[in-house]
Amino acid sequence: MFKRSEDRKGEGELDQQQREQFEARVLPHLGAAYNLARWLTRNDHDAEDVVQESYLRAYRFFGGFRGGDGRAWLLTIVRNTCYTWFQQNRPRELTASLDEAANNIESDAPSPEAELIKSADRKLITKALEELPLEFREVLVLREMEDMSYKEIAEITEIPLGTVMSRLARARKRLQQSLAPSVSGEA
Amino acid sequence: MNCEETRELVGAYVDRELDLVKSLELEHHLSQCGACSKRHASLLAVRSALSTVYQTPPASLERRVMSGIRKAGKRAEMARVPRGMPWRWVGVAASVAVVLVLSWSVFRLLARPSPDEVLAREVVSNHVRSLMVDHIADVPSSDQHTVKPWFAGKLDFSPPVIDLDEQGFPLVGGRLDYVDSRAVAALVYQRRKHVINLFIWPTEESDRLGQTVTHQGYNVIHWCRADMSYWAVSDLNANELREFAELASSKYSQTP
Repeated sequence: MFKRSEDRKGEGELDQQQREQFEARVLPHLGAAYNLARWLTRNDHDAEDVVQESYLRAYRFFGGFRGGDGRAWLLTIVRNTCYTWFQQNRPRELTASLDEAANNIESDAPSPEAELIKSADRKLITKALEELPLEFREVLVLREMEDMSYKEIAEITEIPLGTVMSRLARARKRLQQSLAPSVSGEA
Repeated sequence: MNCEETRELVGAYVDRELDLVKSLELEHHLSQCGACSKRHASLLAVRSALSTVYQTPPASLERRVMSGIRKAGKRAEMARVPRGMPWRWVGVAASVAVVLVLSWSVFRLLARPSPDEVLAREVVSNHVRSLMVDHIADVPSSDQHTVKPWFAGKLDFSPPVIDLDEQGFPLVGGRLDYVDSRAVAALVYQRRKHVINLFIWPTEESDRLGQTVTHQGYNVIHWCRADMSYWAVSDLNANELREFAELASSKYSQTP
């Protein structure tokens, strides 16, 4: 898996065969890269910059790609590039880190009606997702939109498997409450 | 499965992370519990809600990314191939070539297996052959006083034959063998079911005890003691073979 500390490893120019491999294995995932970057940066223009930078890095480090899922590999780079980008452009995004305990939601509260969630329009859904903390957003996007397994999410986000599971549960709960606010007061 | 367990696992269930047994148990509970099945439905609703806001990149992004990569590729190529060839570069190229040729020869020299390595390979093949042809000993005897005299007249030296029975390495016998372009003594010892071949011939090297090395899965240890060169080979583990070598080398040095 791609890690920042291993950035130098496998760096180098690609030969013709590697370039073809890169075009076949990594380029097709441009949509996934953009979707993740867009939800992490919450801005179309920034997302494009991050994606472009991610592809340059992916191209440079493709020599270190050990095969496997090109999409998971690329998304790891996109996520890391996003975080670097935050450090340089929006450091406050990163300091507003997740207080895991403070977000503890009663797990036995009744779920909002599925019908109510389904009635939410795209504008409301976009707002609800954008308002979630960065750590919640990334696991939700990877799980619900990119259909990544817990193991892949754990590798991409560099958190333990158990944390992936609990973070996802809380992220979903928060989203449900934003989408169907009338129920959140109950319980 | 009860409600509490279902609440905990229903997320993993919609994510297809539960095993079959748990999934079936959970499905059974969902079919009977209204509250839990509501919870399940709202998880699915979240998923379908999120799928409606998937962001697709503008068409221009793909072009931008492609041209960025091509530029990066070209920059790398230009850095590699200098355009034209000023005379200065010919000189540089020539010296690089000389350095390459020199380091290649040095590398060849270093890459050549050391004499010890060649010998280690040879004694391993002899060991294997002795086991294969079932010709382990010309003189099958556990008595050192039978084995030692047997070599007299067959070799131009008298190999020390030592009894290590008490230390758990009984002598099985001895035979003549051929290593390093000369006739040598091969003593055969045993540890449990493992055969140890000990090859002995005269040397001018000073006393030393080497490390255990592995060739083709056999352990080999080499030592020199009192103008004799010893090579022990066995499929015995490295620790016990080393123990054998230490015992043998200390005992041999005591017997003239």
